[in-house]
Amino acid sequence: MRFPYIPNTKQDEEKMLKVLGLDSVDRLFDDIPESIKLGRRLNLDVPRSESEVSKMVKHLANKNLSTEELVCFRGAGAYDHAIPSVVHHLISRSEFYTAYTPYQPEISQGTLQAIFEYQTMIANITGMNVANASMYDGASATAEAAMLASANQKGDTILISETVNPEIRDVVKTYMRFYNVKVVEVPSKDGLTDMDALRETASADTVGVIIQTPNFFGNIEDCTEAVEIAHENKALFIMNVDPISLGLLKTPGEYGADIAVGEGQVLGNSLNFGGPYLGFMASSTKQMRKLPGRIVGQTVDLDGKRAFTLTLQAREQHIRREKATSNICSNQALNALAATIYMGLLGKEGMAEVAEQSATKAYYAKQELIKTGKFRSVHDAPFFREFVLETDIDIEDLNKQLADKGFLGGYNLGKDYPSDKNRVLFCVTEKRTKDEIDCLVKAMEEITW
Amino acid sequence: MVKYDQLIFEISKEGRKGYAFPGCKVDNVNLDEVIPSALRRGTEIVLPEVSEPQLVRHYTQVSMKNFGVDTGFYPLGSCTMKYNPKINEDMASLPKFSALHPHQEERTVQGALELMHNLSGMLSEIGGMDAFSLQPAAGAQGELAGLMIIKAYHEKRGDFKRTKIIVPDSAHGTNPASAHVAGFDVVEIKSTRDGAIDIENLKAALNDEIAGLMLTNPSTLGLFEKNIVEIAKLVHEAGGQLYYDGANLNAIMGQTRPGDMGFDVVHYNLHKTFTTPHGGGGPGSGPVGVKKHLEPFLPKPVVTKVGDIFKLDNDRPDSIGRLKSFNGNFGILVRAYTYILTMGAEGLTRVSEMAVLNANYIQEKLKAHYTLPVDTICKHEFVLAGLKNELSTCSTLDVAKRLLDHGYHPPTIYFPLIVPNAIMIEPTETESLETLDAFIDVMIQISKEADENPELLKNAPTTTVIRRVDEVMAARSPILKWEKQ
Repeated sequence: MRFPYIPNTKQDEEKMLKVLGLDSVDRLFDDIPESIKLGRRLNLDVPRSESEVSKMVKHLANKNLSTEELVCFRGAGAYDHAIPSVVHHLISRSEFYTAYTPYQPEISQGTLQAIFEYQTMIANITGMNVANASMYDGASATAEAAMLASANQKGDTILISETVNPEIRDVVKTYMRFYNVKVVEVPSKDGLTDMDALRETASADTVGVIIQTPNFFGNIEDCTEAVEIAHENKALFIMNVDPISLGLLKTPGEYGADIAVGEGQVLGNSLNFGGPYLGFMASSTKQMRKLPGRIVGQTVDLDGKRAFTLTLQAREQHIRREKATSNICSNQALNALAATIYMGLLGKEGMAEVAEQSATKAYYAKQELIKTGKFRSVHDAPFFREFVLETDIDIEDLNKQLADKGFLGGYNLGKDYPSDKNRVLFCVTEKRTKDEIDCLVKAMEEITW
Repeated sequence: MVKYDQLIFEISKEGRKGYAFPGCKVDNVNLDEVIPSALRRGTEIVLPEVSEPQLVRHYTQVSMKNFGVDTGFYPLGSCTMKYNPKINEDMASLPKFSALHPHQEERTVQGALELMHNLSGMLSEIGGMDAFSLQPAAGAQGELAGLMIIKAYHEKRGDFKRTKIIVPDSAHGTNPASAHVAGFDVVEIKSTRDGAIDIENLKAALNDEIAGLMLTNPSTLGLFEKNIVEIAKLVHEAGGQLYYDGANLNAIMGQTRPGDMGFDVVHYNLHKTFTTPHGGGGPGSGPVGVKKHLEPFLPKPVVTKVGDIFKLDNDRPDSIGRLKSFNGNFGILVRAYTYILTMGAEGLTRVSEMAVLNANYIQEKLKAHYTLPVDTICKHEFVLAGLKNELSTCSTLDVAKRLLDHGYHPPTIYFPLIVPNAIMIEPTETESLETLDAFIDVMIQISKEADENPELLKNAPTTTVIRRVDEVMAARSPILKWEKQ
């Protein structure tokens, strides 16, 4: 049997075996004890041609309804922003995607330069001094920031606001449970972190304070007081931010955050049913040598020519082994490249415009939905791209009816917050047109309540 | 063309645009009225301003400074740099996969869940495990998940004494680092000269504080751990669990399975064995598989099938919890699934056979010119201990850099740590005999150059876009971002 990805012919095989003095390929596996040899065919299908495989996989794909068919008004951690065509084209250059971690700088300047540009863009958009080369996703980046704080600050407790995305809180809790660090949730008030409660909870045992803005409900948190509280207690202030929002909103750098983390999917990465995305992490200069993950630096080569290389590697697992405070190795380089291309293409004006249009359209959608008389506003706080509405109908039922009309309705908050039954989190990005919003509103009017 | 040396910021010009937005058309919302200035950005966003064609040419030029598997031979040991089939990319880009929102209702994503469910089953069969979670985003996160599972398992049994993990000194750096992050203390044991577990050292390290042992098999020297059955027995008798780092799975498919060797928990690297692209350093995927007794502890969610319906099961009280948002690196799962469908049982078996044959062929041809610490049949990779001539003034690094001039990506060097001057070569099954022969010739030529003209190695590379870089300068006074002049 011949396989398109395996070049060796029967003659090649025989020639090679002869060099090795063996009579059969089986001899290469004589070192495997008989008792653990499989001794049978793997119970998988037979090999198939490309066209057969394509048909089978498409058959599965066609069982799905995607955001190409359903007009998406759902976010809650993953966002349907427009992705410029060039992103896919450029990340599909196989010089990029078939390379590995740039261990050999002389033949990896492509990846290294792109990461250097990425680090610059992330630092600039967050207003922080330095950024690393990416993390798995926004949730695990937040957990890594909590680990960084735990490893370097005195104390044993991470404070995280209840308004942080529940999945992010779950991930932080998983990492911290095994890292033997306590996680205490700070209650919310009117859809925002309760700063009085934060002040009461924070103590000398606090190593880090985590706030997300815009928070899970879409509301914009004013972090001024939270930064003070964290620093008064010698804890790091960790801000989880949406990078699109930073085209409009006050940055972690402006607030004086120690670490900024977030989900980078919004920067030119497809929804992909949840991954691969990328996390980002940026910090003040003070935390630079404690950052996890890869970092690229600028230097020169033997001829004095500008060059880029992986640097500050003394922080990383392959050097520190069991003393490393993170085990992260390869993560999301190609997604970071997509983010770089996206930010490079949109540029300073585009990043502001995508933020402004998203917010403007979100405000419009909220006011129009309330006008139907079927929804009530839940929070009064300023919001960015998402907002919470309350209604009298069961949200699952509402979304089912909306799906029949071609919409992916808002996220059912009752799933995460039992007290939020009949509350729904709508999301509007710049990609949604005014017409689509008007159609959603009209669909709501037709729905049986 | 490779002379291109600009950053995207350096081709920026005030007022240029690379992207047009649809008109907003909403005229009754004024953001200045609803979002107070105290919450607004007050500083300039320093980002480039370029047109689309400029950006495309920029990143095309930048890409050409890279070397990938499509460019040439990439025998980077332990990384399994095999060819990435193009159909995999096409399948992952199908809008009905790539445009799925992770929070969609299950009834609208049955195809995606079915794919995940099928893939879990395939991975279980290949490894002899009972259940998989596809959630971990990479190998290192898969390791972390596996170790957390072991910890949760012991704690569930009320055994809180087991706070230590045994890691051999030949292990990849992520092994001890993952153990630390999972809250374990690491007990490092010395391997035998040939990179195997030293049974006496293992026995001495085992006690009722040991939660488990982390192992790759074949080992990082590319040699099959022949005592694996006894090792598994010893660890289990001492109450420990056996963890399999799937980095070297490419050697054994269809021959033997970690589950049959006695491993309780495994992770695979889909970006190694299952041809998903390495992406310049990710995205990967590191599914974690377990035997029945560890299934309740798998990270959530796990895809289950109830009747004819596929579900994401989040109701798992003993689960270690979530390790990342959503459902794993789904796009990578689509690629791996496509690959397994393409290869089938016969294909995957053939993959390991040819990966091992290719490695042994190179090993045999190079052992007269480089030091081969253990001269025996290897698996999918082997490790040389530098140049044969011990008096050579050239280092392993020099050999690697000289390979660049010949158009090859060098092997992994100075790893594993237990072999001095290590050169770790993994050809994979997707290389032709002609490629192997050409590489062998170059390696032999370099070993001769090291004796006859060592400066050729020490000055190498000279044909690449840049020469060797000043790494000390990079670390001493770090420049980590571009600054406006």
